[in-house]
Amino acid sequence: MKITREDVLHVAELAHLELTESEVETYRRQLDSILTYVEKLNELDTVQVEPMAQVLASADPAENISLREDVPRVCEVTREVLSGAPDPSPPYFRVPKVIER
Amino acid sequence: MSTAEQWTVDSVRAALGAKKVSARELTTEYYARIEKQNPELNAFLALCPERAYAQAERIDGKIARGEPLPPLAGVPMAIKDVISTRGVTTTCGSRILENYIPPYDAWAVECLERAGAVLLGKTNCDEFAMGSSNENSAYGPVRNPVARDRVPGGSSGGSAAAVAAGLAVAALGTDTGGSIRQPGALCGVPGMMPTYGRVSRYGLIAFASSLDRIGPLATSVRDAAAVLGVIAGRDPNDSTAAAVSVPDYLAGLQQPVKGLRIGIPKEYFAEGMDPAVRQKVEAGVELLKCLGCQPVELRMPHTDYAIATYYVIATAEASSNLARYDGVRYGLRIAGSTLLEMYKKTRGRGFGSEVKRRIMLGTYALSAGYYDAYYLKAQRVRTLIARDFGEAFGHVDAIITPTSPVPAFRLGERTAEPLQMYLADIYTVTGSLAGVPGISVPCGKTPAGLPVGLQILGPRFGEASVLQIAQAFEEAGGYTI
Repeated sequence: MKITREDVLHVAELAHLELTESEVETYRRQLDSILTYVEKLNELDTVQVEPMAQVLASADPAENISLREDVPRVCEVTREVLSGAPDPSPPYFRVPKVIER
Repeated sequence: MSTAEQWTVDSVRAALGAKKVSARELTTEYYARIEKQNPELNAFLALCPERAYAQAERIDGKIARGEPLPPLAGVPMAIKDVISTRGVTTTCGSRILENYIPPYDAWAVECLERAGAVLLGKTNCDEFAMGSSNENSAYGPVRNPVARDRVPGGSSGGSAAAVAAGLAVAALGTDTGGSIRQPGALCGVPGMMPTYGRVSRYGLIAFASSLDRIGPLATSVRDAAAVLGVIAGRDPNDSTAAAVSVPDYLAGLQQPVKGLRIGIPKEYFAEGMDPAVRQKVEAGVELLKCLGCQPVELRMPHTDYAIATYYVIATAEASSNLARYDGVRYGLRIAGSTLLEMYKKTRGRGFGSEVKRRIMLGTYALSAGYYDAYYLKAQRVRTLIARDFGEAFGHVDAIITPTSPVPAFRLGERTAEPLQMYLADIYTVTGSLAGVPGISVPCGKTPAGLPVGLQILGPRFGEASVLQIAQAFEEAGGYTI
């Protein structure tokens, strides 16, 4: 495995994380070591193995996902929710301008 | 007022019923203990006395009117700070949620209060439950009450320490890769991870959704069973909370364990275990044999791949779940001249280093060109690990392993190399990936006086037999073996 500085910057961009210069180097080294370790998974032949996204799939239908009826309910939490926002402008959240002219 | 050092669910009930103590007095006693010990232990991040005393008054009112008491009446409890509590700050141990006050209660919290429990406050944890030592909390590490220069384990370190120090009768923790069982082991108290789907995750702030579970830490198996019985079951708010009936866990505790087949997987007793831990866990297995359990040697050949599998899947899910912290709707915001700059600055400064590391790792594993090689591969290996368990439970009723390869280590001793910290999760991540339940029970102490944990894993929705074996182990003196 060879994680480069560019890889780290690319991933940080995808993840919306601003990193300091020293973090870039630390994460490069650590991700490299962790991903090198993860490569041991390649020792296993999994071509015939189904991927497992969750554990609920079971022969027993009772164990499987149980969905409730889709019934609309009143949910008046706007004031409470906005009270925790960093910059509320009821009934909206305010953010820096997105559209440039 | 009683001077009993260690209250239990049953002793609280008896004392309340006999009017030897009121729920209000008990609450006051626990807040006094917290005030005295928390400055050093740092187990609690927030207290909610108004809520606690209001609940205590309700219980005392029931007693005065001679009404029947609910199952956890007056029991002082603590809640890990990744579990939402309406009106009470819920930080997840992170700066990014420093002032966050949830507008609703988690399902498990609602269940506890309906059952009469008195919620004292919120416990410290690794940031977003990511860690095995509680050193990743933005609000400082928790100290292990058994050895104060050492970690309590993680990520539910505050919950385990609070219970072990007698600052709560029981606590809720969460377990994604060992975060209830490992701190239980390191602090010397039982900690139970229920089956995935046994307890609703509604209101649990997500780390890795296919793995996250809520469960109890307590000072006895009986109390853990009492709490689990209250929080288990279906919840219309969580489609993964299974519609499987909840047995009476307390009634099942006294079932005999004689003749039960216990699997001893070779892979869990290989190299890498601290010799003092090995000695105790092997003595624990011997004790179970003396109780009439039949040992069965097992092979679980994919165990060695569990850490790699877990750290790909858990971080991939985390990178997606934690995308919501962007400075718009709640928590911290660091100003930026554009929306994107605001996101990046907020996240860059709001998250701690372990959380950023895992987001980076998970983002990488899901990114174009690497998805198949990492995420999909790990999901395929997860199937193999789950099959190991499926096959094992065709032959045995439970699997016995150590909980952690090492006892509590010193604060700061293992923070330099993240991979080394991850590798110590080897005995707990397997059950997490397979979705099965497991409990860690105390299994003596090392010569240095540090608690050791014995893990008992059961088949899916087999909590009753796990608890039954744990109870027999406790009664036979396993805790002080």
